[in-house]
Amino acid sequence: MSFMDILALIIPAAIVSAAPLIFTALGGVFSERSGVVNIGLEGLMLFGAFTGAVTIYYGEQFGLNGAAPWVSFVVAMIVGALFASIHAVASISLKADQVVSGVAINFLAAGLAIFLTKKIFNAGQTPVISERISKSNIPYLSDIPVIGKLFFTNAYLTSYLAVFVALIVWYVLYKTPFGLRLRSVGEHPMAADTMGINVKKMRYIGVLLSGALAGLGGAVYVASISGNFTHSTITGQGFMALAAMIFGKWHPLGALGAALFFGLAQAISISGAQIPGLQDIPKVFLLIAPYVLTILALAGLVGRADAPKALGTPYEKGKR
Amino acid sequence: MKKKLGLMVTAMLTAGTLLAGCGTSDEGKTSGGDKKDFKVAMVTDTGGVDDKSFNQSAWEGLQKFGKENNLEKDKGFKYLQSTAQSDYKPNLNSLIRQKYDVVFGIGFLMGADVETVAKQQPDAKLAIVDMVVKGDNVANITFSEHEGSFLVGLVAGMQSKTNKVGFVGGVNSELIKKFENGFKAGVLTANPDAEVLVQYAEDFNKAEKGQQIANTFYQQGADVIYHAAGGTGMGVFTEAKNRKKNGEDVWVIGVDRDQHEEGMPENVTLTSMVKRVDQAVYEVSEQAMNGKFPGGKIVEFGLKEDGVGIAPTQDNVDKDALKSVEDYKKKIIGGEVKVPKTDAEFEEFKKNLK
Repeated sequence: MSFMDILALIIPAAIVSAAPLIFTALGGVFSERSGVVNIGLEGLMLFGAFTGAVTIYYGEQFGLNGAAPWVSFVVAMIVGALFASIHAVASISLKADQVVSGVAINFLAAGLAIFLTKKIFNAGQTPVISERISKSNIPYLSDIPVIGKLFFTNAYLTSYLAVFVALIVWYVLYKTPFGLRLRSVGEHPMAADTMGINVKKMRYIGVLLSGALAGLGGAVYVASISGNFTHSTITGQGFMALAAMIFGKWHPLGALGAALFFGLAQAISISGAQIPGLQDIPKVFLLIAPYVLTILALAGLVGRADAPKALGTPYEKGKR
Repeated sequence: MKKKLGLMVTAMLTAGTLLAGCGTSDEGKTSGGDKKDFKVAMVTDTGGVDDKSFNQSAWEGLQKFGKENNLEKDKGFKYLQSTAQSDYKPNLNSLIRQKYDVVFGIGFLMGADVETVAKQQPDAKLAIVDMVVKGDNVANITFSEHEGSFLVGLVAGMQSKTNKVGFVGGVNSELIKKFENGFKAGVLTANPDAEVLVQYAEDFNKAEKGQQIANTFYQQGADVIYHAAGGTGMGVFTEAKNRKKNGEDVWVIGVDRDQHEEGMPENVTLTSMVKRVDQAVYEVSEQAMNGKFPGGKIVEFGLKEDGVGIAPTQDNVDKDALKSVEDYKKKIIGGEVKVPKTDAEFEEFKKNLK
């Protein structure tokens, strides 16, 4: 295997496994930038995966064919937002502890999704879907020498969508008045309130958007990677996304980079076992590589991660 | 004030989830019944009784046993569902208290709990599937996965066009090694020139890892991959489907049960290695009824006992391959061929092959 072949193996794989994390991490950025901690990302992603699997399955039955996964993405976003509204009501309107509420979301999603799966399909898992997002070469772009082979061959369309959405989120958060308001209620809600910004409304929007994006992440995972929903489909990916968001310093492009970094580390760790040169390294080192790399990156390269100032504190009008 | 209300709401949501989980378990009121009657029961692991895998298969075995012996459901034979790991012990105990003669724990996840309960209740008879635990009152049901894997290895060796096949393992352990070595032996028996790529994901639930390993294997020219990796294996299917859609001729061999359906519609499942948990549960129940409960022993179900084998769906398997599978099945049962289980046995096997 030449060096190019190795790169062509690792880089597309990294992009593939990063996509669901990118969506979910972007969701986390919205929520936490508005000042609401969202531990519930895991649960929201899980429920999105469940919704995605069910929607695609029934979409196939109704003859949606290739459109079924895309329809499921939209449905999963809506359902994810609805699910996140529980978190929003509890932590914004009722001023509950945001971490507790997020944990409750995780429990609720896991229990409810399995319960509904059993009720709907009378089985512990959804049937395997046949309409998936498949790998393909991007026309024209895949013909570019070097770059084409690395970035535009054998890839999922959803991966590019993830990168594109990250750019949009960056633009919205940093270049629009809406983004400024959202960030301001996360930094100093009282100041924002004084300036006439509706703090509660902005936070609701942030949390609902996080639900929508996490739901999308889950559905993308089902449509592109796992192919069905079981109790073990989403185990920890939501927390990985949360970590990617913190790693990325609550910045959309940072989260994008962190998710890609996680994907790359995992791809190296897995494909490494078959690559000449890396093959001779004891397997355990390859297995722990992603985690070691993450710790090194966090400790050495990234520097201090500053959370939004008002993160985790409910806003009470008139309180000093 | 509002904060308290919020906390209450969250607490209620959490409680609701836990209760929702209980929704499906049926705690039927079972009376003691006639003491002369033989009664069997099982406890599912968290997969649930309809998991299309071990639990379901075990329950089918019990149902068959109950039917043939005119037992009544929920009195003569029944199951208790576990929704969490913490349910195992109470479920096992509850069945023992209801005077079930044999209580099966399905799956190695329950191993430690079966062992504890067996120690606490020395008069009870317990059985554990896919695991060996200490205790004179526990029957340990295991399978000769290496024999079944040998058969699918033959198929892989004969139908690989590139002479390269792959094996994806869940976690590198004694159990999964049996799959690996049996498979490798089968491949080399059918096709001495073949090369077998082996990699362990070190996880049973990470589909993306399975997909990446499969990607690496196929990229290196492998055209058949056998997975013994549970949920991680779903990723192997995903990768194979993607490649088949793009016109590549690649296959997956399923594990534990007939995974033909997982390979549809692209039809990537070549065949599957099945473990007949139903057969094992049925046999052990019968032995116990006849007073021959194999307590403290390891009961191994192999090809001979019909405990392992290749899947009933054989549309994609060549006639020649099927014929050779039948031949070797006889040879293994007859003792002419001894399938290796461990790495050392495999090396020995390989030497004798040349």
